[in-house]
Amino acid sequence: MEIFWYIVLMTILTIYIILDGYDFGAGIVHLFFAKKEKDKKAITSAIGPFWDANEVWLVAGGGILFFAFPTLYAVAFSGFYLPLIMILWLLIFRAIGLELRGQIKNSMWETIWDKAFGISSLLLALFFGVALGNVVRGVNLGMVTEGAATTEAPYFFLPLWNSTFSPTAEHLGVIDWFTLFLGVVSVIALLMHGANWIIFKTNSELNPKLRKVVFNLNFVLLALVIISLSVWHIIEPNPFHNFMAHPWMWIFPVISFIGIFGMFKVKTFKKDGLGFLFSSLFLFGGLTSTVASIFPKVLPSTNDVVPSLTIYNTAAGEYGLSVGVYWFVIAIVLVTIYMFVQYRVFKGKMDDVGYGDH
Amino acid sequence: MEEMIFYDRMQFAFTITFHYIFPQLTMGLSLMIVYFKWKFLRTKVAKYNEAAKFWMKIFALNFAMGVVTGIPMEFQFGTNWAKFSELTGGIIGQTLAMEGMFSFFLESSFLGLFLFGEKLLGQRLHFLTGFLVFLGSWASGFLIIATHSWMQHPVGYEILENGRYVLTNFSALFSNPWLMPAFLHNQMGSVITSSFVVAGIGAFYLLSNKHSEFGKLFVKTGVIFGLVSSILVAFPTGDWTAKNVAKYQPAAFAGMEGIFETEEGGAEIILIGQPDMENKRLDNKIAVPNVLSFLTYQNWDTQVKGLNEFDESVHPTNVPGLYYAYHIMVGLGTIFIGLMVLATIQLFRKKLYTTKWILWSLLFMIPFPYIANTTGWYTAELGRQPWLVYDLLRTVDGISPTVSSGNTLFTLLGFIGLYFLLGLLFLLLAGKIINKGPEQIKLN
Ligand code: HDD
Ligand code: HEM
Ligand code: HEM
Repeated sequence: MEIFWYIVLMTILTIYIILDGYDFGAGIVHLFFAKKEKDKKAITSAIGPFWDANEVWLVAGGGILFFAFPTLYAVAFSGFYLPLIMILWLLIFRAIGLELRGQIKNSMWETIWDKAFGISSLLLALFFGVALGNVVRGVNLGMVTEGAATTEAPYFFLPLWNSTFSPTAEHLGVIDWFTLFLGVVSVIALLMHGANWIIFKTNSELNPKLRKVVFNLNFVLLALVIISLSVWHIIEPNPFHNFMAHPWMWIFPVISFIGIFGMFKVKTFKKDGLGFLFSSLFLFGGLTSTVASIFPKVLPSTNDVVPSLTIYNTAAGEYGLSVGVYWFVIAIVLVTIYMFVQYRVFKGKMDDVGYGDH
Repeated sequence: MEEMIFYDRMQFAFTITFHYIFPQLTMGLSLMIVYFKWKFLRTKVAKYNEAAKFWMKIFALNFAMGVVTGIPMEFQFGTNWAKFSELTGGIIGQTLAMEGMFSFFLESSFLGLFLFGEKLLGQRLHFLTGFLVFLGSWASGFLIIATHSWMQHPVGYEILENGRYVLTNFSALFSNPWLMPAFLHNQMGSVITSSFVVAGIGAFYLLSNKHSEFGKLFVKTGVIFGLVSSILVAFPTGDWTAKNVAKYQPAAFAGMEGIFETEEGGAEIILIGQPDMENKRLDNKIAVPNVLSFLTYQNWDTQVKGLNEFDESVHPTNVPGLYYAYHIMVGLGTIFIGLMVLATIQLFRKKLYTTKWILWSLLFMIPFPYIANTTGWYTAELGRQPWLVYDLLRTVDGISPTVSSGNTLFTLLGFIGLYFLLGLLFLLLAGKIINKGPEQIKLN
């Protein structure tokens, strides 16, 4: 049962990153590349009818986490209190930036909300990378000092950063050079992903330029991925043990590399959707490889006193998890139908949906 | 500890109160928009479609506010109420996860289609998408109230040795006797809000001689929906909820009603009075003998236990707050019925659109359903204190053990600032839409 809900949770989160990821990416593209009003329109129209439903994957993921792994939900959410609340604030800014911009025709009003949308998208992409970094790095569960837990284990509280910015320091912070590095990877990957979505869903004049941007950034992305793999042993001495034990798991990293290599051909694709497909593969492969490397842990402990949180010691009662399967199966079938209808109606290029001129 | 819990509670109370301003209109207005759309399909009179389009604009704005303020709610259980989440997540999380999967997806997927898809879909399918949005929002209300009902009246659980609650009976969550009355009552509360908003804006158009055709339509529709829902909110649904409280939370009931001493031969109903916590009595009261016993038990002489009979440790922590909240809700409910009855009489005499004082009252009343809904929730929540899960888990034992009060104060101030901005923007933009009026609205 735990494994079933773990797979459900990870699937939902991966879908969330792929779907809302293109919204964040579009926001970053909007911030850096969209100068003309027409381009801005095209970008917001390409995500307008979708972003809200995409965000629901986050809400659903939160709900499933709460329901299936309540201890993880409670310990992690209170421990990462400050960054989480800031993510919530950023989500608010992103949403109102998108929704309110078109309500008043005034260049200052529009500039304010454009920036709110762009900057919060950028920061959200960064934060999600940092969050992933925190999960693989682990935290000092139970706030152990001198061999004894100082809080009701496994509860902890992380400040935003500590003075050394080191992922191996005794007192960790949310932001250190390792987690920040993953944050940067995330910003670049999502920027490319968003650009691919815009190329796919619009005929904007930006498209040729975006293809070039994706192509060039792909070199950077590849380099960053290689660097991150080579420093990984600092936080986890044996990062590949799961892959050695279960060789089928190599499929995840392989998928992510297929994604990267596919994107090198972005300038010559005939079909506009292919770039988006490859960046989705990259995100899928990257996320699944990362979480697979620490499985069955979901939040590693950096001390030897309080054991790591795993799917087994954080799960809810057996009966609750079993009945959950029934409604979940019904719900996911319905959700698939909704998504199908939604993407069917808004198929093809979306420049003229007229998002924002209400 | 005291300070920690104070800020945690303030933050929860502030964010949920602000959040609930929006869902109540979402739920009520979606029903009314579906009505306008349905009327248009049946009569093919363009005015109904334009009315639906006009309210859809307000709806979209309101919905966006509901979404952005709702997401923090989902996460705050973990951030601020970690012990509570850890202990009860297997149960509370069940219905909250269902809410995400069943209703938020439904609402958000079809809202996009409803707002931007009229041309693409054609009228019938467009009506259907509107209907699905309505369904999603009511399903969301249902599941959230199922969650809340479990906290008020826990069922179908077992407590393990380590203090954890595990679910033992899934269907009990939905056959919880607390659920149906609370849900129907709450939904009627939201229809009241939307009726007063629709009628009030209609009255505004009539009084300012703008868009008069729509003014009449809005006033008429608002008054009819308002009459029905104002009656239903009191009877039978409000009555049912009150009976539940009397049955399952007698101390809360005594506090709500302001009964300190148990009276021989039937309890009086308090109309006015101020709880005096020092002397444990009610000052300056005006009361009608025996009526409370009758309303609650259909018997003039049944005893209602007074607060002084319960141990201090189970007294609601804020009796005056509870008492006033409840009386404000009920008082407003009575006024709503009164106003709507008068308006309906004028409607039948074909004088409503020219009866200035009723139109002014309708306009003036717009904020009051919001107040009634909010004080209703305060009644429920203050009555539940000192418990987080009634009779099982105390509020002090539910907070996050590692989040310091300084951090909570910081985030509380952040939410206050941010929500203040949201509130201003909402009013500004809603005002703009209303000022423009239905005739200028052209939605793609
Ligand atoms: C009785 C109704 C009701 C109540 C008591 C609440 N809500 Fe709510 N909520 C709704 C009715 C609703 C709604 C009408 O369904 C909304 C308004 C806009 C929307 O998307 O759905 C909503 C929005 C909404 C969203 C955004 C969904 C989205 O992204 O589309 C979340 C996460 C929550 N709510 C969560 C909560 C939580 C955790 C609550 C309790 C503490 C809560 N709401 C109280
Ligand atoms: C299902 C929905 C709801 C759930 C699960 C819920 C749960 C909670 C929780 C966990 C607390 C904190 C503990 C406490 O101080 O009591 C709380 C407090 C509170 N809630 Fe709710 N709540 C819900 C809906 C609402 C709504 C819609 C409102 C108001 C509009 C509301 C108003 C309050 C208030 C005012 C408090 C503070 C009470 C106090 O400080 O004594 N709640 N609720
Ligand atoms: C006029 C007669 C009314 C009666 C007798 C009545 C009774 C009640 C009772 C007993 C509760 C439950 C308190 C608890 O759960 O502990 C309640 C809650 C509530 N009331 Fe009312 N009420 C009335 C009018 C209204 C009106 C006019 C509104 C709004 C327009 C409203 C909105 C609410 C809400 C939102 C709640 C909290 C949600 C819930 O638990 O259902 N009520 N009411």
